[in-house]
Amino acid sequence: MRVGEAWRVAIDALRANRLRSGLTMLGVVIGVAAVVVLVAIGTGAKQEVERQVEGLGSNLLIVVPGRVDFGSAPAVSRLSLSDVDAVTRIVGDRSRVAVTVSSGETVRAGTASRFTSVLGVLETTPQVFVRSLARGSYLTRSDVDTSRRVAVLGSSVARTLFGERDPVGQQVSIAGVRFRVVGVFTPLGQSLGVDRDDEVHIPVTTAHRLLGTNRVDGIAIKAPDRDRIATLADRIVAELSRRHPDTEFSAVTQEQILGVLGDILGVLTGVLAAIAGISLLVGGVGVSNIMLVSVRERTREIGLRKAVGARPRDIGVQFLLEAVLLTTLGGVSGMVLGVVAALVVGALSPVPAAITWWSLALAFGVSAAVGIAFGVVPAQRAGRLDPVEALRSE
Amino acid sequence: MTAAAEAHDITRTYDLGGISVPALRGVSLTVEAGDYLAIVGPSGSGKSTLMHLLGALDRPTSGRLVIGGREVARLSAPEMARLRNETVGFVFQSFHLLPRTTALDNVALPLVYRGLGSAARRRAAAAMLDRVGLGHRVKHRPNQLSGGEQQRVAIARALVTEPAVLLADEPTGNLDTATGVAVLSLLEALNAESGVALVLVTHDREVAARARRQITMRDGVIVP
Repeated sequence: MRVGEAWRVAIDALRANRLRSGLTMLGVVIGVAAVVVLVAIGTGAKQEVERQVEGLGSNLLIVVPGRVDFGSAPAVSRLSLSDVDAVTRIVGDRSRVAVTVSSGETVRAGTASRFTSVLGVLETTPQVFVRSLARGSYLTRSDVDTSRRVAVLGSSVARTLFGERDPVGQQVSIAGVRFRVVGVFTPLGQSLGVDRDDEVHIPVTTAHRLLGTNRVDGIAIKAPDRDRIATLADRIVAELSRRHPDTEFSAVTQEQILGVLGDILGVLTGVLAAIAGISLLVGGVGVSNIMLVSVRERTREIGLRKAVGARPRDIGVQFLLEAVLLTTLGGVSGMVLGVVAALVVGALSPVPAAITWWSLALAFGVSAAVGIAFGVVPAQRAGRLDPVEALRSE
Repeated sequence: MTAAAEAHDITRTYDLGGISVPALRGVSLTVEAGDYLAIVGPSGSGKSTLMHLLGALDRPTSGRLVIGGREVARLSAPEMARLRNETVGFVFQSFHLLPRTTALDNVALPLVYRGLGSAARRRAAAAMLDRVGLGHRVKHRPNQLSGGEQQRVAIARALVTEPAVLLADEPTGNLDTATGVAVLSLLEALNAESGVALVLVTHDREVAARARRQITMRDGVIVP
């Protein structure tokens, strides 16, 4: 039998049972759509995280006490500003070194208040990380040197405390101490459910007085170029280890952070795809089931076809094509539905969605493979039917 | 001219859940080219089994069966399918037409498995429908045709491949007397014109009486 003929027969058979074919296909449609949507969400989340980590600034090196290892408790910092000076000497450029000491504090202005993270920083922060101001100006070196009580507000904090009014020049109190607002950050927005505008920057020296400490949580260095990051990291860690023989220090680069986050999100995407794959598998079982019913229903037809000269293979191919047609039509519909759903999810929810070609190709390939895999058994059964028995059946 | 089909002492035993049920117990028979033969006998006498064997739908348990010059016992399933397609035509009591399929496409069906192109199939099928007197009904589907017309379509389908032997299993069983006679007359005319051997399987003595020769079966053997 010619292949074109076999396709025609398969299409006719599916058409003859439109509702049943449609419902069988629906299982595959949902499975494929689920794969496409979930992979799109997983990929979108990964891209979003990568974009934000890269958005921190390029060639970034972050030095923290303790070992950077998931599962270990964060170490208590022994770093101080004199260590920062030592790091600055190695780097050779004060404007490339930033520090943080952070604490959760209540910030008030008049009757409004907000609990937020207060970061003690150097005036270099906007150069090391990528931050820009919507109003006013950032902290200055003399603010840091003289421990001035000045603050730069994140946009969420500014909105809570001052509404639509301009906060620059206004007073706020942080942990009961009065500060003058000198600037407001440009909004960064939400990232993966975290409000990045919920913070207040004050000079690190002021923060030390306010918090009664002289520790520094971490040091961030913007390397002059990509090639020198590794040597710079080694030299800084060696110097800090010399100064604090009993403490271990780690230097992480942006690439390492990206690598770890990418691995986590890759696994997440894989798990989502696997869950969706299970529904595709269930759809395949549905196809198999319907094909077995179809073989039984059309036993007489199979007998007749065999009587007029159909070989077992001709009959097998006919039923296999039916199954493949069901799943590939379902696969294509599922892809369309999945793409539309991913676009809707991406547009209407904070969860980003990125449609990737490989997920479409994978979903289609898997659905076609499911059709073959689950169509083989019914097709073989049809092909092997004894023509005498088949003709006799009612 | 060689015989259309030859059976030498063939037996056929069915295995029903471990119990051997002999349906044929040693049958020898020759269907000559252009023969007109009726096989009669009561239900369970083995006449249907014999017809299935003569049509290469089944293999004998023992004995030698030659159809169209080929030894059936040595053929694989695809080879038997090809033998059926080229040498045998079937007409059944219940017509066995494909529903939702036009008379033309029903008749053309055997040619699909011969690998013929669509145009050639339709030409041959239309010519055959013409010969059975249904040239005006080609586009009709089985449910739009009378019983007699459906059986004519089935006859056209059986003969479109120009087989050596036409096996008709109770071809008039589902038809009223007048229509049955008309169908029989058509079969006889085709037998006379084209030289296809006609084997009628029937339990109707009147139908059998029209054949040139009769074979009576009882309990899996031919009785004189």
